[in-house]
Amino acid sequence: MSTRQFLFSGFGGQGILFAGKFIAYKGLIENKEVSWLPSYGPEMRGGTASCGVIISDEPVGSPIVNNPDVLVAMNLPSLDRFESKVAPGGIIFLDSSLIERKVERTDVTVFALPATQMASDNGFPTLANMILVGKILKELGEYNDESLKAALAKVISAKHADMMEVNRKAIDLGANS
Amino acid sequence: MADKVLMKGNEAIAEAAIKAGCRHYFGYPITPQTEVAAYMAKRMPKIGGTFLQAESEIAAINMVYGVASAGLRAMTSSSSPGISLKGEGISYLAGADLPALVVNVQRGGPGLGGIQPSQSDYFQATRGGGHGDYHLIVLAPSSVQEMAELTVKGFELADKYRMTAMILADGTMGQMMEPVDLNFDIKPAPEKPWATTGTKMQRKHNVVNSLSLIPEELEKLNIARFERYDLVKKNETMYEEYMMDDAEIAIAAFGIAARVSKNAVKEARKRGIKAGLIRPITLWPFPDAPFKKAAEHVKEFISVELSMGQMIEDVRLASECKVKVSLCNRVGGMIPSPEQVLDAIVKASK
Repeated sequence: MSTRQFLFSGFGGQGILFAGKFIAYKGLIENKEVSWLPSYGPEMRGGTASCGVIISDEPVGSPIVNNPDVLVAMNLPSLDRFESKVAPGGIIFLDSSLIERKVERTDVTVFALPATQMASDNGFPTLANMILVGKILKELGEYNDESLKAALAKVISAKHADMMEVNRKAIDLGANS
Repeated sequence: MADKVLMKGNEAIAEAAIKAGCRHYFGYPITPQTEVAAYMAKRMPKIGGTFLQAESEIAAINMVYGVASAGLRAMTSSSSPGISLKGEGISYLAGADLPALVVNVQRGGPGLGGIQPSQSDYFQATRGGGHGDYHLIVLAPSSVQEMAELTVKGFELADKYRMTAMILADGTMGQMMEPVDLNFDIKPAPEKPWATTGTKMQRKHNVVNSLSLIPEELEKLNIARFERYDLVKKNETMYEEYMMDDAEIAIAAFGIAARVSKNAVKEARKRGIKAGLIRPITLWPFPDAPFKKAAEHVKEFISVELSMGQMIEDVRLASECKVKVSLCNRVGGMIPSPEQVLDAIVKASK
């Protein structure tokens, strides 16, 4: 891998920015060059939220993700908005609990996971984002026990240290499904 | 990675300012720079500093004037419409020769405009912004690391030349997170014998003032100030050149536009087009030298901007209009894509 561009998208409150930050930190811990750029403004107040993350072996040029290699769509408006932007040969991860339609593109790989349903079935209803993160890491061959543990420690503040374990559970649930 | 943390550009500015010894921050919230104020609000009380959300931008800049008069490092931050409100105070800072740091995380304008990134305050920043003959030292970061480093640099230059420095960033630079290493050397602030620190009955009063009613004296002050500006031009101009040695097409871009342009230059090179990039880091003083030199071997400059074309005037001046200078831009909160810049390069190469 030289450069991989991610776009995380969904409703504000689904942990879109957090998931992106986790992936960026994991890259940083693995000595990659990284950038994280959120959409900001009215979009964050109840509308769609998204963030672009770039993980690269070289210094990151433009931090703006127009054509992601990996799209994570956690709601229908996000899939509608970004499906056509995914780079040819790219991958789409979607939350099939909230997105009923199929992906129309035929030149991309799709992983559909009922993440929101899985999250509430397992007693951590707010962690659908991390279930998808687990799936992403597994499918990209980036599941690495050590660095993901270290990245969790970076994104979860000491005050919420009790959330570490449940986040890890959510990641593993996604990775093993 | 050892010492690197992921931080937003706005947070990096705030933390770097604290590291540079700034203990007085005055601001008023406005997107997309609010994280500077939020960070200061959290940190300043813990380190014995002052965070104050003023009743307005105008109040905030005048509080900066007060602290700077007392010889301490002070800063304020805002975004475009808020910087316009500060304009009067900035002019007063210049008139009183006060060192301070003003941060502008630009958004689209004019008027209230929008909240997405823009570079359309270039004229305001580099030509003064307020009334009267003066300049600010204008620093244009292009990464989160530079947001931090140029903040420290801004305080140092401000003290060294008794000028107000400005960080001219944009919404992207403020909002994005990148790894930052904050372990840099900070030089202690110089002595400020002119500051109003109290005479303790040991010396004459120091006076900090921008009012001078005798024309002969005001003229002298202006001329002396511009002699100092000449020193800044001579000593402090900063820029980065990328693949310029054999370039036939040269991009001029700063901040986020330079990041986008670098992608385009790389792609152009892959296609066999000799493209390069000159990235001004100080916008005032503008780096004339690399443009003058490049004008000897490039056939076209392309100024890539998030404005209707403002820096392009300085590119023309610096290159003495010897070769064509064209504009490649998006405005209103839009950002040029690498493909758009590449198209402009390809067009220029034909």
